[in-house]
Amino acid sequence: MEFIMELGQYMIANYQELLNLAWEHILMVAYGIGLALLIGVPLGVIAAKVNWLAPIILSLVNILQLIPSLAMLALLMLYFGFGFKTVVIGLLFYSLLPIVRNTYVGIKEVDESIIEAGVGNGMTPLQLLYKIQFPLSIPFLMAGIRLAAVIAISVATIGPYIGAGGLGKEIISGISLQSDVKIYAGAIPATIIAILADFILGKVEQKSKKRMAA
Amino acid sequence: MIELKNVNKIYNDGFQALTKVNVEFQEGKINVLIGPSGCGKTTTMKLLNRLVDYTDGEVYFNGKKIKEMNPIELRRQMGFVIQNIGLFPHMTIFNNVATVPKLLKWDKDRIKKRVIELLEMVNLDPNTYMNRYPSELSGGQQQRIGVIRALAAEPSTILMDEPFSALDPISREQLQDELLRLQTEINKTIIFVTHDMDEALKIADNIVLMKDGKVVQQGSPDSLLSNPANDFVKEFIGEKRLNSNNQLNDLSLANYINKDILLVQSDIRIEKATSSLIERKVSSAVVINEDETYNGIVSLYDAIENNSSEINSIIKKASLIIYENDKVSTVLEKIEGIHDIVPVLSKEDIVVGLLSVDKLFATLHHLTEYKRGEI
Ligand SMILES: Nc1ncnc2c1ncn2[C@@H]1O[C@H](COP(=O)(O)OP(=O)(O)OP(=O)(O)O)[C@@H](O)[C@H]1O
Ligand SMILES: [Mg+2]
Repeated sequence: MEFIMELGQYMIANYQELLNLAWEHILMVAYGIGLALLIGVPLGVIAAKVNWLAPIILSLVNILQLIPSLAMLALLMLYFGFGFKTVVIGLLFYSLLPIVRNTYVGIKEVDESIIEAGVGNGMTPLQLLYKIQFPLSIPFLMAGIRLAAVIAISVATIGPYIGAGGLGKEIISGISLQSDVKIYAGAIPATIIAILADFILGKVEQKSKKRMAA
Repeated sequence: MIELKNVNKIYNDGFQALTKVNVEFQEGKINVLIGPSGCGKTTTMKLLNRLVDYTDGEVYFNGKKIKEMNPIELRRQMGFVIQNIGLFPHMTIFNNVATVPKLLKWDKDRIKKRVIELLEMVNLDPNTYMNRYPSELSGGQQQRIGVIRALAAEPSTILMDEPFSALDPISREQLQDELLRLQTEINKTIIFVTHDMDEALKIADNIVLMKDGKVVQQGSPDSLLSNPANDFVKEFIGEKRLNSNNQLNDLSLANYINKDILLVQSDIRIEKATSSLIERKVSSAVVINEDETYNGIVSLYDAIENNSSEINSIIKKASLIIYENDKVSTVLEKIEGIHDIVPVLSKEDIVVGLLSVDKLFATLHHLTEYKRGEI
């Protein structure tokens, strides 16, 4: 009880600072995922459209995902230096797998008869892609984004090791100062952000799915 | 017109799906492709809009080789209703129906007008349905949308692959009727795939019967029923249908001619005709010329109305006259909506008698009862 009081007091006293860290955290994640979408969606589309490229693209993004996060950030630091930018690139790599894979699966899953209706009505391959296949893969893509967001929010907490901000800063300084109040003050908001992201993106996913069940 | 000449189709795995197929699909008619599962109906249909390419032979569309046509443009000229409807689930009904007009870049007002017109054509209220999604429609409604999507850009040709097969019998009948009604308005060249013989007999102008990638027989429903090419055709049509058709053809019109009728000469006075009609207790009589050829009919009602003058003034033409060697089936086609007496003439236009409509319908009733009971 006493601890909770202490934690509460600390968080209220430092709320401006915590809010800034949380905002920075969210920004890193948003940039990372944004970039991952920019790169991952086209990669997923290419994998779905060019059969022989699919295994290559999918294994590459899969390998990226398998590199331990600390190692990945350390390696990236060698090339991109300290700071925000490097963490964003790391998060981009981590988000790539769910986004590429779900785009790929989403496009592949489109019902054969719907494709046939599109082609049979005279759509070009490009029209088929942007009028039919891509819109129909959106629920899958949304699921990928949701997964990517949850992963990125947690990976971002080690950002401060390579000189970035975010809620990890509070946690890591808590570790070195052996202050459990500081650790909780960083961990609780990070968890809440993850839960909120999961919930909100889940809702969006549901909504995008609703109409597709023909 | 669409013509297939000596078309062979061998799929990549070496399977020969079509062997020397020669077919003519008639312009402005409903052409039905029928045959057992796997006989190559869908393959044949997909050759036409080049969803499948043929191995050799030639396919002509309005005299042009389709291999030399741009497939995208070809497809936009041919409406296509695929086997499992294939509506786009992420698009509203409006956008589904507007698919091809949009691809053809029609202007917005024209598209909207067209979609509304099409929805009304299949009895779906545009205001109610336009903004719904396919999942919010019943199966039959979805099939209707599938059909009008194919009609949207006014293609000259419509390909329909088992469009009604997923429906319950009642909705299927309803959609068949709707298609027939529609066809009288739009007169498209329709290629319709089915494996249901009743459906084929009902809607087809021209039936192409296939088996194992070959065309076994093609012709009008009547010609298939009356001259099945071989045992397979007989079996596929089914004994019952052949029998009931034969029974109909076997009926001789002679049995339905009432020869005991009142004939009056064309130069008598009306009062004389009136008294004969009353005496014989009939309401109409056939008027003949001096050489006994047909002249017209008179009714008791008209005769009583003006009983002074010559009979000439009240002679009418019968709405329908038939000849004694007409087939029962032809007579049946014409007789609908006729309420007068129907004179039956010989080749030389001599009056033989009157068609006994009651007796004919009694026999038909008996025949169809029998058929229903049997099937
Ligand atoms: N892509 C393909 N590769 C190899 N064989 C195929 C292919 N598509 C169809 N076939 C074969 O060609 C034959 C004819 O198929 P098709 O789909 O034309 O039959 P269908 O008459 O439409 O049958 P159904 O009434 O069952 O729809 C079948 O034996 C089928 O297995
Ligand atoms: Mg088929």
